Amino acid sequence: MATKSTKRSVGPKTVKDVFKNKFEPFSLLQPDGTIKGKEPDLSTEQLLSMHRWMVESRVFDERAVNLQRQGRLGTFAPLSGQEAAQVGSAFALEQRDWLFPSYREHAACAVHGQPWLDILQYWGGNEEGSRVPEGVNVFPVAIPIATQIIHAVGVAWAAKLQGKDDASLVYFGDGGTSEGDFHEGLNFGGVFKTATVFLCQNNFYAISLPRSRQTAAETIAQKAIAYGIEGVQVDGNDVLAVYSVTQEALKRGRSGGGPTLIEAQTYRYGPHTTADDPTRYRKSEEVESWKERDPIERLKLYLINKGVWDKAKDTALWEEVRADTASIVEQYEALPAREVDEMFKYTYAEMPWHLQEQLTAFKAFIAEYGDPNEGHH
Amino acid sequence: MPHLTLVQAINDALRVALDQDSRVVIMGQDVGVDGGVFRATEGLLEAFGSERVIDAPLSEAGIVGTSIGMAAYGLRPVSEIQFSGFMPMAFDQIVCHAARLRWRSRGRYTCPLVLRAPYGAGIHPPEHHSESPEAYYAHTPGLKVVMPATPYDAKGLLLAAIHDPDPVIFLEPKRIYRASRQDVPEERYEIPLGRAAVVHEGTDVTLVAFGAMVSVAQRAFERAQRVGSSVELIDLRTVRPLDADTVIASVTKTGRCVVVQEAPRAASVASELLSLVHERAFDALKAPVERVCGFDTCVPLLTLEDHYVPSSDRIFAALQRTLAF
Repeated sequence: MATKSTKRSVGPKTVKDVFKNKFEPFSLLQPDGTIKGKEPDLSTEQLLSMHRWMVESRVFDERAVNLQRQGRLGTFAPLSGQEAAQVGSAFALEQRDWLFPSYREHAACAVHGQPWLDILQYWGGNEEGSRVPEGVNVFPVAIPIATQIIHAVGVAWAAKLQGKDDASLVYFGDGGTSEGDFHEGLNFGGVFKTATVFLCQNNFYAISLPRSRQTAAETIAQKAIAYGIEGVQVDGNDVLAVYSVTQEALKRGRSGGGPTLIEAQTYRYGPHTTADDPTRYRKSEEVESWKERDPIERLKLYLINKGVWDKAKDTALWEEVRADTASIVEQYEALPAREVDEMFKYTYAEMPWHLQEQLTAFKAFIAEYGDPNEGHH
Repeated sequence: MPHLTLVQAINDALRVALDQDSRVVIMGQDVGVDGGVFRATEGLLEAFGSERVIDAPLSEAGIVGTSIGMAAYGLRPVSEIQFSGFMPMAFDQIVCHAARLRWRSRGRYTCPLVLRAPYGAGIHPPEHHSESPEAYYAHTPGLKVVMPATPYDAKGLLLAAIHDPDPVIFLEPKRIYRASRQDVPEERYEIPLGRAAVVHEGTDVTLVAFGAMVSVAQRAFERAQRVGSSVELIDLRTVRPLDADTVIASVTKTGRCVVVQEAPRAASVASELLSLVHERAFDALKAPVERVCGFDTCVPLLTLEDHYVPSSDRIFAALQRTLAF
């Protein structure tokens, strides 16, 4: 009988031994606007369009925050700083593809066809803003964390079962990767090889919790390995790099190669929502260092270097977008007061007796007492 | 004596519990460095350290599931779900495990955990931040459900919940977190779970409310008083177990009853109260019992929210109908 060795046994290799390679986020655009690597196949018109979408997003965002501060909008989740991660990825979609936002993806939703007015209406506390126009495949805002990941797999899976190659692109944050739904979505996507792109905008904070406390994994991208799917880390403030990796992921998905997890590293300049005070958990130097890597500035410099853009055009664009946004805000504020029936509609395809009764009684009450306006006080 | 808001009274109760019982740990999203999104846990990380006031990864099921393990091991976790609208993410852990551990193990394991969550409408947020989900949990055997209405009660009920040997769902009326202040003793005191408070004695009609609806019912009470009606206002404080004795004694006296809740009407705490009244005070009733509730719809966003939440007008109208019957 063998005796136990006094030496420490070598033991089996652990997964940490196997997956010890470091990787750097994929990037194309440098902060000075130069490009490293192969330029994506985009026309000048497309590049200018991306730039405009990012400017629109920034202006919309700043305006929405101001409206909230003035009591003209509900709680709002600002996106400033994350424009490249959203515009670059949504820009790679075909019209027929499906987009699943969480609650900060105003830019992505707009690029895929949801009107800015609708987005404003939703955050103004009116469900009608979530009635996405026909032909625009954008799912309603998902407030609970990570739930939309599984829905996105279901849509792409259904397309596949029907012999179509429509893809889905789903957004979530670094915090979302801690939810069970993240695991379940990636696992189903991997097993059934759905044409799904899981796009994690890692902005390094889930409200106050830093990325380092969210997961012990070195990167979020590496989580793909466990599900047998592709994973890639990308500079999320580089709109061209984000576009390239998303386009490649969509191509792979459509051709039966399964889903891809993209970790786009980015940063929100503002609070989690207008109800949050980020100075409690972030240093202003950190915010400033990210502003030096601003996604809009970077693309602008690239366009100027390329000779297709100049400072005068850029100034004119910002002015034009500000005017357009002001007009959207005017339309938003001119929306008619809501009918009480709207609260009862859409609960079911047909209104059951108990809801009809409640609606009738409530209308009679309003006729006698007037509109209730003190619920909160 | 400190003059505290409801959220400050919660904070005070947590501080007392952490200070006096080394088994107590606080866990949740943003409860540490940030001090909680409503500041309910403000200053606790600094006072008690990161092993007792724990910022959790973003996972409701993770928070509740690990709390169950901690409770079984002998700790007293007081965990927070940031909004009650996110409790469904942990529904299985709450309903199938926390609630059943004692029953399943024949008492060998217990689950003395408190799950705190702000509930109800009134802060102009997006979806899932305005629900009143008490019925799901009141329906679940093994759980207790507490819904305080005042700063004084909030502290005493939370300390009793932490002391309780079984899992307690503690739903906090966030709309009135800072609405008013009350004298709250600095020391520990407990308000027993399962006991209602008679806020005002009256003889004509019993008005039952809980949580954020108590202050709305109070306004209806005052208006009824001005028109000469004597209303007995009861604050349930705990919706599971219900204080049947207090409610039935009152209805036996008044013969009339109106129940108020913010949650949808169907299959709710109000439904249960009505059944109890009919079972136990049938002979005393002079009028049908009325319910003033949220509608059986989703809670709408802010442009219709005032229409959804029961108003003092709606309560007053119900009192008038009941009294005139």
